[in-house]
Amino acid sequence: MVLIYIDQDEQEIKKASFEAISYGATIAKQLGTTAEALLLGTVKNNLADLGKWGANKVHHVNNIVLNSFDARVNATVVAETAKSLGATVLIFAHNLNGRAIAPAVAVKLGAGIVTGACALPKTDAGFVVTKTVFSGKAFASIEISTPIKVISINQNSFGTVISDAIATVHELAVAVPSSTLKITSVHKIQGEVPLTEASLVVSGGRGLKGPEHWGVLLDLAKALGASTACSRPVSDADWRPHHEHVGQTGIQIAPNLYIAIGISGAIQHLAGVNRSKTIVVINKDGEAPFFKAADYGVVGDAFEVVPALTAAILKSKSNA
Amino acid sequence: MKILVCISKTPDTTTKIAFTEGNTKLDENGVQWIINPYDEWYSLVKAIELKEKDASVTIHLITVGGADTEPIIRKALALGGDEAIRVNNNSNDSFIVAQEIAAIAKEGSYDLILTGKETIDYNSASIGSMLCALLDQNFISAAVKLDLNGNTLQVVREIDGGEETGELNFPAIISCQKGMAEQRIPNMRGIMAARTKPLKVVEASVTNATTHIKNFELPPAKSGVKLIDPDNMDELVRLLKEEAKVI
Ligand SMILES: Cc1cc2nc3c(=O)[nH]c(=O)nc-3n(C[C@H](O)[C@H](O)[C@H](O)COP(=O)(O)OP(=O)(O)OC[C@H]3O[C@@H](n4cnc5c(N)ncnc54)[C@H](O)[C@@H]3O)c2cc1C
Repeated sequence: MVLIYIDQDEQEIKKASFEAISYGATIAKQLGTTAEALLLGTVKNNLADLGKWGANKVHHVNNIVLNSFDARVNATVVAETAKSLGATVLIFAHNLNGRAIAPAVAVKLGAGIVTGACALPKTDAGFVVTKTVFSGKAFASIEISTPIKVISINQNSFGTVISDAIATVHELAVAVPSSTLKITSVHKIQGEVPLTEASLVVSGGRGLKGPEHWGVLLDLAKALGASTACSRPVSDADWRPHHEHVGQTGIQIAPNLYIAIGISGAIQHLAGVNRSKTIVVINKDGEAPFFKAADYGVVGDAFEVVPALTAAILKSKSNA
Repeated sequence: MKILVCISKTPDTTTKIAFTEGNTKLDENGVQWIINPYDEWYSLVKAIELKEKDASVTIHLITVGGADTEPIIRKALALGGDEAIRVNNNSNDSFIVAQEIAAIAKEGSYDLILTGKETIDYNSASIGSMLCALLDQNFISAAVKLDLNGNTLQVVREIDGGEETGELNFPAIISCQKGMAEQRIPNMRGIMAARTKPLKVVEASVTNATTHIKNFELPPAKSGVKLIDPDNMDELVRLLKEEAKVI
């Protein structure tokens, strides 16, 4: 059986978990077995609906204590449940909570693990999972040789498969170890799609010359409904917040569209964004290395090109 | 307080990645080796900051790797840290590495274990979480801030779309990232002192790998950029809609 961990935040199931379900369900089909989801804590979502993304069953540990995330506690509960249900493959989203517990669960199950997978495993001979390595500069195919396998799947790398199926919901009583971690506050950035979940991203570099010039970029992001990112020197100089820093030492993203404005395309920057499906580069220097990694390029001054692009997008939206 | 800082050796960030032996091994020709940036900039410097505030703090560094990791360990010792341990195991299986670290951690009864958020080579982001299971200790991942208040640790971690603050006691395992500390450059005194700091070598004790790398692959090259006239942004919008189908 393939068991998929459902991550929640403030009683809402995370977007990354829907993708994890579809990924796990596709593996289950490949192996001729069932796909079963596991949710800890209480959520507002209707659990039977998880059938839509491919879960045959949803196991629910309905304990309010589990609404706040404690890696040690969650990993213990997931491992105990996986053992008692006889799961042979476990799937996690490779988001922040998934990263925190998937390796611990693997240890508790004596299972081999591949984190940050970016494709379905090959299961015809052995069990081989492809993941990104060198922060996006290459891929590695890794064989897991233990009876139980654990995979965390990179966000936006598989997508979702939707049907109108309905899952059966099973309430589970599991002993929950007591937590010795006290969450004292949560701070959310209001009204923004987290960068790792965004399908459209507009990103700015040192070419924008200062935080006071970010307006043109923000207008474009607003017109598109895109999230915003930046290069490392920009966040180092506090022109933009740290969580926007993408690249080898920032976050790695794979949106459908990445628009780079005034970014030269250093190897460390490309590592974080080169899995984007479509890359648009706007740079006044036609020799900028980023153009080699781009699908579409505009050689021109960002302060003229970006407002013109924003206007063209708004025009095409009002015509639609 | 005793702190154990996990140090990993990785290729320099400017490395152009290539493979040899039928794409089964990294081509190490011309590769410069560095301390994994997350280990160096954030976990090690954070440990040093804690020691600067409280001289009774002891910092031990641990690396799991062959003799070729020693220049990296000396560089880390030049930044700070009292002594280092190298477990002579060349494995790149996270499970093996974590078990080697856990064995040393149990013996040394550390109050705090710091790791980087991930290494920039295999990007497994696994060691801290694995130590959490192996040692049954609290684990906070992707931490951006750590303050000490008597025996209570106040840690801020990144969550999807924000930050969360938690309080916990020792012992604890924390994986560190940007925000935790500021990068430092070793000075001459540190470099001289590092030469004589103890570096203990411990033989490998774990060998049963759970995974192995079959081969590597480079991403396909882009087919070539399509340049668009800066005065014709309607054309770019059309291409994004009709050709790329992304908006
Ligand atoms: C260990 C290490 C790790 C690193 N990790 C990262 C990382 O994770 N992410 C990252 O981004 N970087 C990282 N870097 C830094 C990286 O090497 C580059 O220095 C950085 O990406 C450059 O940022 P930039 O493109 O914004 O600035 P620049 O390289 O200064 O480029 C600015 C660009 O803007 C263009 N420009 C100027 N004016 C205009 C205008 N009016 N209109 C249009 N274009 C204009 C210029 O032609 C130029 O191409 C790392 C470096 C090191 C050493």
